[in-house]
Amino acid sequence: MYSEKLQASLRLVEEAREQNIIFEPDRMSAKQKEELLLTYHPDYKADEFDTLKIGPNKGERVPKELCAILQAHSRINANSVDLTKPDYDTDVLIIGGGGAGSAAAIEANEAGAKVMIVTKLRIGDSNTIMAEGGIQAADKENDSPAIHFIDAFGGGHFAAKRELLSKLVCDAPEAIKWLSNLGVEFDKEKDGTMITTHGGGTSRKRMHAAKDYSGAEIMRTLRDEVFNRQIPVIDFTSAIELILDEEGKAAGAVLMNMETKELLVARAKTVIIATGGAGRMHYQGFPTSNHYGATADGLVLGYRVGARLLYAETLQYHPTGVAYPEQIFGALVTEKVRSLGAKLINKNGEVFMHPLETRDVAAASIIRECNERGNGVETDSSLGVWLDTPMIEKIGGEGTIEKRIPAMMRMFGKYGIDIRKEPILVYPTLHYQNGGLDITPDGMTTNVKNLFVAGEAVGGIHGKNRLMGNSLLDIIVFGRSAGINAAEIAKNTTVGRLTLEHVDRFEKEISEAGIKTELRSPKLLPNYTNKKDI
Amino acid sequence: MENNMVNIYLFGKKYEVPENLTIMSAMEYAGYQLVRGCGCRNGFCGACATIYRIMGKRELKTCLACQTKVEDNMYIATLPFFPLVKQAYDIEKIPTTEAVMMQLYPEIYACIGCNACTKSCTQGLNVMQYIAYAQRGEFDKCAEESFDCVMCGVCSARCPAGISHPQVAMLARRINGKYLAPGSEHLNKRVKEIENGDFKELIEALMEKPIEELKELYNTREIEK
Repeated sequence: MYSEKLQASLRLVEEAREQNIIFEPDRMSAKQKEELLLTYHPDYKADEFDTLKIGPNKGERVPKELCAILQAHSRINANSVDLTKPDYDTDVLIIGGGGAGSAAAIEANEAGAKVMIVTKLRIGDSNTIMAEGGIQAADKENDSPAIHFIDAFGGGHFAAKRELLSKLVCDAPEAIKWLSNLGVEFDKEKDGTMITTHGGGTSRKRMHAAKDYSGAEIMRTLRDEVFNRQIPVIDFTSAIELILDEEGKAAGAVLMNMETKELLVARAKTVIIATGGAGRMHYQGFPTSNHYGATADGLVLGYRVGARLLYAETLQYHPTGVAYPEQIFGALVTEKVRSLGAKLINKNGEVFMHPLETRDVAAASIIRECNERGNGVETDSSLGVWLDTPMIEKIGGEGTIEKRIPAMMRMFGKYGIDIRKEPILVYPTLHYQNGGLDITPDGMTTNVKNLFVAGEAVGGIHGKNRLMGNSLLDIIVFGRSAGINAAEIAKNTTVGRLTLEHVDRFEKEISEAGIKTELRSPKLLPNYTNKKDI
Repeated sequence: MENNMVNIYLFGKKYEVPENLTIMSAMEYAGYQLVRGCGCRNGFCGACATIYRIMGKRELKTCLACQTKVEDNMYIATLPFFPLVKQAYDIEKIPTTEAVMMQLYPEIYACIGCNACTKSCTQGLNVMQYIAYAQRGEFDKCAEESFDCVMCGVCSARCPAGISHPQVAMLARRINGKYLAPGSEHLNKRVKEIENGDFKELIEALMEKPIEELKELYNTREIEK
């Protein structure tokens, strides 16, 4: 299925396959990695960042596109919203219907709280449902939470908040057990032993998976449980501004029906932001593996009420996004493909790196191979390197691909590429927001009372780079605990008079800082239409 | 590279779009700002179920709009929502035999074997087969056969018996995952050890260590083959 132009390089990959399978490439030293990242990782491209002029992170640098929406106008005029007759009144308001929001909802409901979810698309439309590779937990004999901690702490450049990371790794086995008890089907041996593999940067095989539909399997199970518990899900409704009470506690949100644009008011005793990531902001013009609604809404909502961001300048570019065919450009090729043995190969048929370096290192290495070294494969619209999937069948035996990564086989199969027989072309794609709102281990923001955050909108759990399988884990661990804690605090909370004064205050700051902008945020959805604005 | 253009008909209205686009991006090219019928854009969420027919042909085809290229003279209608039946149940209290299906989804026994579900599946699954497994209470087989389901609902839209296949399969998978699949001893053991506080000291030590020591630990750690 590859064009004539690609055939010559493809033949080199095929000829070298037997030898490349046996070849054990060295891992990079700490110094080599550092130099590589500084030169080639997008996070270090200074001219792609702007300095925040207002808000709790004033003076810090964040991606240009994020800076613009953090310092944009509100979508509402604060005086035009009537806060005295809320349309919804609840204990716990959860903004976002992905994995973190759903896990939080289930636990808050279990704790006896009145809980509701608002989500701007459908429940389940999230990065969770697209996670393919797996979820980490140190539950094997040769492993421990301490080893998991070291892997994640080092992989995140020693920047994670230790108290968050230790919670992540220590609660991981229990998270897997909780999911199993809900009926999530993990890949297991006949005797019940979990089938686990490596991810980039892991030192033990602790990646649990449900084929390469790991996130989909988790998400659909959580969604089913939310429905079973008859938790209200207000879908196609976005939160466009948080509401505080007169004491400055988070006390609800202004909602907007995505179809009719009707504004609604939800009052709550506690609020959980579980709005996910930011891939659809297309930082630095990168394509993304993220779902349609990943536009950093939670960061905007939080920032406007004064919640602090942590590591918002660090993004994860997944090393293996689809580079060809163009119809699925930027879509995720799970890291599990490399866990199962496929290596990264340049246009000359050479293995140019160890396939299981951490994601930031692998992405930077591919960018270097394609640019400075000129060893990228040119397609009609982009550059890429080969990911030699047929190696998997040679190593694991015929049928391994169909059994372990059926989604990948199907995705390429639709474009006439049989990944069992032909390698695929990949290039980094914008994948994950490493940073986000700063929280304490109970899930509450460090400086806004009763405002909780869970999932990708949190910053600090992973430091400056996240390992594969630690985000499905964090949405469960921190989603659950946010639900439990938000329910507990709601019990002793009395909501005072509702206010949107912070919106006016923020508007004043914009004007005083001399920021000239027409933008309104949160962005909610990207605009891919071809029409010109009238 | 210049793209050739093709004609497509969105809900009957004609648009000219580049032939290399997916149905979803063709809609956007035509000017639609999608809210419904668009989710993950990668074939995992089932938001963009779509029905189409090529002009002059009899066959009605189904697909996911984000995973399918446009063709010339394609008549397209999206199916962004389909009213599936989803029964609420308590996963802790349900029977794990076919009795549960008779109780919650008795319509599966009205299947007339037309196989329209299988023919319409956007994931190419053998839907009628997994319903047959569900009828017989063979939930492990139903789970395996239905595993790649994205719950787009097209099968149910084509079913003359009113079966909500994706929800039936969802129930079977949860029963299988929770009750029928073998338990993991090593997992239960580890959860107990953590509850016991067996790793407490190790973790607390890590919380206190200077960064330089942690760097040393990381850079020299042994990596399992």
